[in-house]
Amino acid sequence: MMTNPTGKITQGQFSFLPELTDAEIRLQIDYGLGKGYAWSIEYTDDPHPRNTYWEMFGMPMFDLQDAAGVMLELASCRKTFPHHYIRLMAFDSTRGVESIAMSFIVNRPENEPGFGLARQEVRGRRMRYTLHGYASDKPEGHRY
Amino acid sequence: MNAPDYHIPGSTPASPPATSAANEVTAARTVNEVLAQSQVEAVLDELDRDLVGLAPIKQRIRDIAALLVIDKLRMNLGLAAVAPSLHMSFTGNPGTGKTTVALRMAEILHRLGYVRKGHLVAVTRDDLVGQYIGHTAPKTREVLKKAMGGVLFIDEAYYLYRPENERDYGQEAIEILLQVMENQRDDLVVILAGYKDRMDTFFKSNPGLSSRIAHHLDFPDYAVDELSQIAQRMLMQQHYRFGEGAAEVFRDYLQRRIAQPHFANARSVRNALDRARLRQASRLFAERDRVLSEADLTTLTPADLLASRVFQSPSP
Repeated sequence: MMTNPTGKITQGQFSFLPELTDAEIRLQIDYGLGKGYAWSIEYTDDPHPRNTYWEMFGMPMFDLQDAAGVMLELASCRKTFPHHYIRLMAFDSTRGVESIAMSFIVNRPENEPGFGLARQEVRGRRMRYTLHGYASDKPEGHRY
Repeated sequence: MNAPDYHIPGSTPASPPATSAANEVTAARTVNEVLAQSQVEAVLDELDRDLVGLAPIKQRIRDIAALLVIDKLRMNLGLAAVAPSLHMSFTGNPGTGKTTVALRMAEILHRLGYVRKGHLVAVTRDDLVGQYIGHTAPKTREVLKKAMGGVLFIDEAYYLYRPENERDYGQEAIEILLQVMENQRDDLVVILAGYKDRMDTFFKSNPGLSSRIAHHLDFPDYAVDELSQIAQRMLMQQHYRFGEGAAEVFRDYLQRRIAQPHFANARSVRNALDRARLRQASRLFAERDRVLSEADLTTLTPADLLASRVFQSPSP
């Protein structure tokens, strides 16, 4: 069985699709802005599925009208972290919602080794399973 | 490794949608067709109607609109049209309508399709320049991001540069501004506004800024006739009117007021009218038992105007 059939990590929206082009990202951003969401950019080099909070790149961008501002920030994030995972997230500040409404990966390393399933035998020959990223053996900043 | 060894649904690049053929049909070929599609004529007429005077400004706005229309026609024929630089500087005395025109400008550029959203972000030095090292750049960038797709209006722009303090962070804001003005030319339009003499020294000390601004518009002072027209319009908006003889008295007031220092054109007119309203209110307030008709409540009499301090000094 293949654990990593597409050769890339599938997290967030659109992750089973081919990579979004910049024009497509722009359209998604405009859609979110039309809904009144605030976009923010996060990056990480440890994309473990349980790693919920990535590092923030700058502040969340409130009160924007046009996708160009987010694209500008995304370009500078890509320049700073060309081999990291970068995702865009849209925060819906509606009272009672107040959570992330959209999230998708917009930058990923060329080579994604994926995750291994680590088995641990415990008392009574029971098995414990955990996911272990192949890349996360290396120190931070040298993973991809 | 990244290439999957089997087919992923949707992974084949979709053929580009056949919009070019559809565009051919609707693409405008004449100036009238572009105007009809963009409704810009309505905005220009509105500008003519709503703003008194300002002939050179209106002419320049018409020129810019014409250029953008022609560029659109060129684009429809496949001729390369380099996006013109539309950054502007508005100089003029206080109260000559710089902010009002900037607001209109955002709408005109939006109708012409030059800016995508057509909103106006009005800022001053405080919104751009930070208070400590490393504070300015994020602050300026945030404002620029908010303004993208629209117009960034920097009021009193000469405050950005303070020559007397060489460690002033204003210079940093100007540098970021310059960079964005140059690189994101089709994302936003920057309008700098300020008083003429101070803006001149500001541009002199920042030649890079001056040369990146294509349109230097100078707002002329209003003549007395134009100011009385403006007064009439302001009163109409607030549902007041001049009573018998009050319009002539107000003309006289304007002539005296212009000669005095700190005359701020339309803003002075507004202040004078506001004070006249106050006097009218206290005049009516004094007569406790009188039944006040609509005419009483909306009319400014000559007495309301003549009580002004301006009339106490001898006529010029």
